[in-house]
Amino acid sequence: MSVLILLILASLAVAIIFLLAFIWSVKNGQYEDDYTPSVRMLFDNKKHTNLNQDKSTNQ
Amino acid sequence: MQVEKFKYDNKIVKLFAYATVFWGVIGMLVGLLVAFQFIFPSLSFNLEYTTFGRVRPLHTNAVIFAFVGNGIFAGVYYSLQRLLKARMYSDLLSKINFWGWQLIIVSAAITLPLGYTTSKEYAELEWPIDIAIALIWVVFGWNMFATILKRRERHLYVAIWFYIATFVTVAVLHIVNSFELPVTFMKSYSWYAGVQDALVQWWYGHNAVAFFLTTPYLGLMYYFVPKAANRPVFSYRLSIIHFWALIFLYIWAGPHHLLYTALPDWAQSLGTVFSVMLIAPSWGGMINGLLTLRGAWDKVRDSAVLKFMVVAITAYGMSTFEGPMLSLKNVNAIAHFTDWIVAHVHVGALGWNGFLTFGMLYYLWPKLFQTKLWSVKLANFHFWIGTLGILFYAIPLYWAGFTQSQMWNDFTNEGFLKYPNFLETVTNIIPMYAYRAIGGLLYYVGVIVMVVNLVQTAKSGVFLAEEEAEAAPLKKLSANYKDEHWHRWFERKPTQMLIGSLVVILIGGVIEMVPTFLVKSNVPTIASVKPYTPLELIGRDIYIKEGCNNCHSQMIRPFRSETERYGEYSKAGEFVYDHPFLWGSKRTGPDLAREGSAKLKKPNSWHFKHMYDPRSVSPGSIMPPYPWLLDKSYDTTVTAAKIRAMITLGVPYEEDYPEKANADVEKQANEIVEEMRGTLEEEGFEVAADREIVALIAYLQRLGVDIEKGNQTAEN
Repeated sequence: MSVLILLILASLAVAIIFLLAFIWSVKNGQYEDDYTPSVRMLFDNKKHTNLNQDKSTNQ
Repeated sequence: MQVEKFKYDNKIVKLFAYATVFWGVIGMLVGLLVAFQFIFPSLSFNLEYTTFGRVRPLHTNAVIFAFVGNGIFAGVYYSLQRLLKARMYSDLLSKINFWGWQLIIVSAAITLPLGYTTSKEYAELEWPIDIAIALIWVVFGWNMFATILKRRERHLYVAIWFYIATFVTVAVLHIVNSFELPVTFMKSYSWYAGVQDALVQWWYGHNAVAFFLTTPYLGLMYYFVPKAANRPVFSYRLSIIHFWALIFLYIWAGPHHLLYTALPDWAQSLGTVFSVMLIAPSWGGMINGLLTLRGAWDKVRDSAVLKFMVVAITAYGMSTFEGPMLSLKNVNAIAHFTDWIVAHVHVGALGWNGFLTFGMLYYLWPKLFQTKLWSVKLANFHFWIGTLGILFYAIPLYWAGFTQSQMWNDFTNEGFLKYPNFLETVTNIIPMYAYRAIGGLLYYVGVIVMVVNLVQTAKSGVFLAEEEAEAAPLKKLSANYKDEHWHRWFERKPTQMLIGSLVVILIGGVIEMVPTFLVKSNVPTIASVKPYTPLELIGRDIYIKEGCNNCHSQMIRPFRSETERYGEYSKAGEFVYDHPFLWGSKRTGPDLAREGSAKLKKPNSWHFKHMYDPRSVSPGSIMPPYPWLLDKSYDTTVTAAKIRAMITLGVPYEEDYPEKANADVEKQANEIVEEMRGTLEEEGFEVAADREIVALIAYLQRLGVDIEKGNQTAEN
């Protein structure tokens, strides 16, 4: 059943890639804010969003 | 900070979305044909290209890689640009990704009916197409990672993590499982043999479900459900936790496809344990998706998009509950090899993948064409008839699977099998097959209605090819972190690191290790198990070509009901020369692992007539006829190449045997023909030694013979 070694290595390789990606994401501060990204994705940055900016400067 | 103006590429999204619809219509039509073949075997049209064995892989490949595959690309290309606030890195790569993928699909649609297949489920395509898949997949990954690098949004939204996981894992799975030795341009032998091949295949097969049908679609769910409901996901924190838990657990669960087989017990248990654990992250995703709609269920009433998504997520929850249950050995003992599994798969495929795709398409069309959906009524009609279709599909098949399994296991009071004739257990559930086909038909009507709706919507609007957007570029991160060296390095190199380590692992690990120690490890553990004769090998390749393994298993589980019916249970040592393994995963017909054994052996002429017209010897059989096997000659010009390939893979033929093999082919073929000639010519058949049927008979008569010899010598 030596193929198990191959599969375990391949699976571990994938797991290690994911682990490194996870470490990167934490170190990068990806998860420091675990709320606003979920709201931010709802807004599309259409070209005319500067209308809002104009409004805010008017106020 | 200066705001940058840029444009989203909607053209590539449109292309992939069109392809999704197109291949969905084709792939599901093929599925419908397959479903009706169960009730009307004549629907194989007496043609070799349309038998179940060849069309079933066409259906699975079309719906998985063409319909869902294009759906993934459409959704990823749409959402990735918006989540990263950046246009795709390269329009050229996008186009190569699109046309390359369609070309792969077309080549699959041509080669599978022609019988070019590796026999490994969901990985049937032959080696040149496998290489093309790897290349196009890399193009997709390159385009995605390069876009991530030039993003204008520092935070990678959870959906993107799902896309990354999809890319990385599918690449590794595909390459490891496709390790095969080419014999001719469209024929190869799996590098692995028997149990090892089975383990690699189901490690792949299970993770294909996980990382092609699940993770990308969870990513799409995390983008399109909040967007369609216009409210944030229930818990962003939960989405992060369940993502990482899911991808770390999924990759170890493959052996649950091989419970009670010749796979070592501990590997089976490992698969079960991880499968049971998977329920937590899977349901994390389902709960998160459904609760996103908390307090907004009124929107579901009005929006067809949300209706589709709610049922999709519910179906996901049901099939990911069922999956771990089916991984328990005692449940698996009932369900394995039956239609229960087919029902389970289709709850996921029709419900989760299908409905989420439909929801996404109904969401995308008005955006892409800057108009309203042509008919909300028709979309709702699609939803209801589709849902009804799923129910009509799944429930009868659950019933069929359970019933058939009980019939297989049933003993009389005297201790004999109650239904010793396998055919009885098939004819009994044909009404269920009919209901299933009706369910599929209802679902398909919904799809056609959707096509009309989408076409009309596109006609009534104006396509927005280049969607203008603007966002500020990323600020350089200030050195806030203590461990600056670490994070700086990662910050600059995430892609290089991912791709680099992938390449290193694949080249270093796979190419070096596999040939050396895999071949050496194929030492027979049962002395009486010998390599196939060249004619049997040719017959085995015909068995593969005709896709016999789609309906017939070659794996007798260690239950009394199976050993009574088929003979001694299968041992790992019996399969050491099987490149590829042919255990199968479904018994529409009986197991064939001991077809040639004294207990089950049938005359050569029986096999001949059975292949010519199954119903002439087994009235009521739903197997398609294979009359062309009587006319077509097998190709002896590649016999030497085949034997040489087997020698390379470690099968112990003599070194000078490849050149001598054809002499043995002729000898054995003549023996078989002489044995059955009398009976058959009396009945008006023409018999010749060079016909495919002869090779196939040679193979079938060999099955299960070796181990009997071993037992006889042991008894003596």
